Amino acid sequence: MRHIISILIENEAGALSRVAGLFSARGYNIESLTVAPTEDETLSRMTVVTGGSDRVIEQITKQLNKLIDVVKLIDLVESTHVERELMMVKIKTSNETREEVKRLSDIFRGKIIDVTNTSYVIEMTGVSDKLDAFVAALDNETVIEVLRSGPMGMTRGEKGLHL
Amino acid sequence: MKLSGGEIVVQSLIDEEVEFLFGYPGGAVLHLYDAIFHQQQVKHILVRHEQGAVHAADAYARSTGKPGVVLVTSGPGATNAVTGIATAHLDSIPMVIISGQVGTPVIGTDAFQEVDMVGITRPCVKHNFLVKNIADLAETMKKAFYVATTGRPGPVVVDVPKDITDPSIKIPYIYPKEVVMRSYNPTVKGHSGQIKKAVELLLNAKRPMIYSGGGVILGEGSVELIEFSKLLEFPVTSTLMGLGAYPATDQQFVGMLGMHGTYEANMSMHESDVIIAIGARFDDRVTGKLAEFCPYAKFIHIDIDPSSISKTIQVDVPIVGQVKEVLREMIVLIKNSKIVMDKKALEAWWCQVNKWRDLHCLEYDRNSDIIKPQHVIEQLYEVTNGEAYVTSDVGQHQMFAAQFYHFDKPRRWINSGGLGTMGFGLPAALGVKLAHPNSDVACITGEASIQMCIQELATATQYRTPVKVINLNNRYMGMVRQWQEFSYESRYSESYMDTIPNFVKLAEAYGHVGMQIEKPADVRPALEEAFAMKDRLVFMDFLTDRTENVFPMIEAGKSHHDMRLRTSPDKELS
Repeated sequence: MRHIISILIENEAGALSRVAGLFSARGYNIESLTVAPTEDETLSRMTVVTGGSDRVIEQITKQLNKLIDVVKLIDLVESTHVERELMMVKIKTSNETREEVKRLSDIFRGKIIDVTNTSYVIEMTGVSDKLDAFVAALDNETVIEVLRSGPMGMTRGEKGLHL
Repeated sequence: MKLSGGEIVVQSLIDEEVEFLFGYPGGAVLHLYDAIFHQQQVKHILVRHEQGAVHAADAYARSTGKPGVVLVTSGPGATNAVTGIATAHLDSIPMVIISGQVGTPVIGTDAFQEVDMVGITRPCVKHNFLVKNIADLAETMKKAFYVATTGRPGPVVVDVPKDITDPSIKIPYIYPKEVVMRSYNPTVKGHSGQIKKAVELLLNAKRPMIYSGGGVILGEGSVELIEFSKLLEFPVTSTLMGLGAYPATDQQFVGMLGMHGTYEANMSMHESDVIIAIGARFDDRVTGKLAEFCPYAKFIHIDIDPSSISKTIQVDVPIVGQVKEVLREMIVLIKNSKIVMDKKALEAWWCQVNKWRDLHCLEYDRNSDIIKPQHVIEQLYEVTNGEAYVTSDVGQHQMFAAQFYHFDKPRRWINSGGLGTMGFGLPAALGVKLAHPNSDVACITGEASIQMCIQELATATQYRTPVKVINLNNRYMGMVRQWQEFSYESRYSESYMDTIPNFVKLAEAYGHVGMQIEKPADVRPALEEAFAMKDRLVFMDFLTDRTENVFPMIEAGKSHHDMRLRTSPDKELS
């Protein structure tokens, strides 16, 4: 099953490699990983999407907690949560296709953030499934580049992951 | 007080009351060695290879409970230390390893003797630090000792670039009394609800077992384990790492369990209905085939590390906490419990356990004309009154030592259990002897293992550490040979060394006493003679039976009740 583990970690050199190294050393999967500093610059927030049986996920969270730099973590799948992923897609356009691509992008609530005579760059956020659906709806031949951030998320309600 | 970075490191060791610093100098740590030159409190032990430094410090820690401390230079000094660090990591030994690093301006330029030590050691340390600012140095040292010695202990590497130790840059020195880390708060106390549940399970057990591990020794829980076991009167077994936490000569002790454990220990585990694992981690050498491990048992597991619990075996009552504290709570609960134990069931259980015991699974041919390795260990046990500190290398001799030297006290049995590092024994013996100069220290080894760190014989001469090397010389890598005999139709591929040094002359060349013992009758007198030489290292080369195997044995992929035993004509094997 897919799990989204959200981690608060000390914002120190090497912290990312401790997490990445743990996954590779113990043979766990990483589907995606995003990381950036938080509003408190001494902390980074990391989101790891991973998969495995309940026992594997239990071990992953325990092993992550054991890393000295990890302050706190939460498995978002255990509670109701919202998640979003950012995607940028570069598409070849021509006079004939430009309108159609724009319409499709509008349906998916995408934003066109770069236009040239021959291309668009579309920005889109949403859950990963929606982004998959948009890419599937495009004409494969016209897609130049697809760039995805990997999902990140937080729990619903007033509780949060902080110190 | 203003100090340079080099002086700060050394002063922090003094403030941590470090007795010995095991190390080897080199370019990146010259400033540090100069600071060492100017003080008397910390005694530096100059080894002959960095691996030896780490093993010696590691064994110092194992035998005293205090952290072992190492200083090595950058590059090859650091990489030579890695095997020792991994050894300590797998056995959860508290250590602080200070490694030199090239200067911060040249880090990342492939400078002379540069390696990414923090990167290389990341998977085999509890934590590591690269100090990039002299202002962080004292606090980092404090954190290193704090992390290494608390919670589940382990090695911590502090990588110190050369410019950080520059003698011309001095800053005020304040060594923090304590340190708080928001991301690190090891659990001490177990969950009281879980402890209660565990006690109920124990008191209602019909065929209970106490399975004790290295965590009892690391957590200083031996006294509590004994009281707990005596109160319940359950059979006690121990892992390789846990030997000595419960006295091996006590009637309740059924021996070591696992791959080369006793028949009675493994059969008892297999048939047990309630097993309490105390500071043990269900290692693959203990469990054998996981799917068939203890099929009738409910498990209680006490461990300080949450990630040890339900890692390989799903347990019924997990308790995260310090072994000592949890056992104390359990003892109080048991004493005050109203549950009436089923004494009849326990009696019947002991009757069964004793039947298994009657098989005498460790018995060997005592009438052989060739020295049997078991005989050497038995005689060693008697000559040293069971009081020696025993270090070992890795292989058959290690298993014979574990089976035949009956450890009654914790911290006496010093071996590389997790990583299985050949070469550990001799430097380890030196570390133990430095810590316990008035005790007998024996290094049980084989002619293959001893050659992996034999250069430390010179260190032993320099520091006058008169340990006794018990070399069980069967001219084979015995354990490899045994596996090849059983699993590869006796194709002894590369497990025989065509040339072996003359160990007697070798010992003498290093300034020690060498002995070669060829006959069973000479074993005892030779040991007595050697141990009477209190101030000499004696290298005892015992020429032992080349074909001897370690029994019982649970072969790879088999389970506890499926042991391979020494076939004996007069005994029916059940």
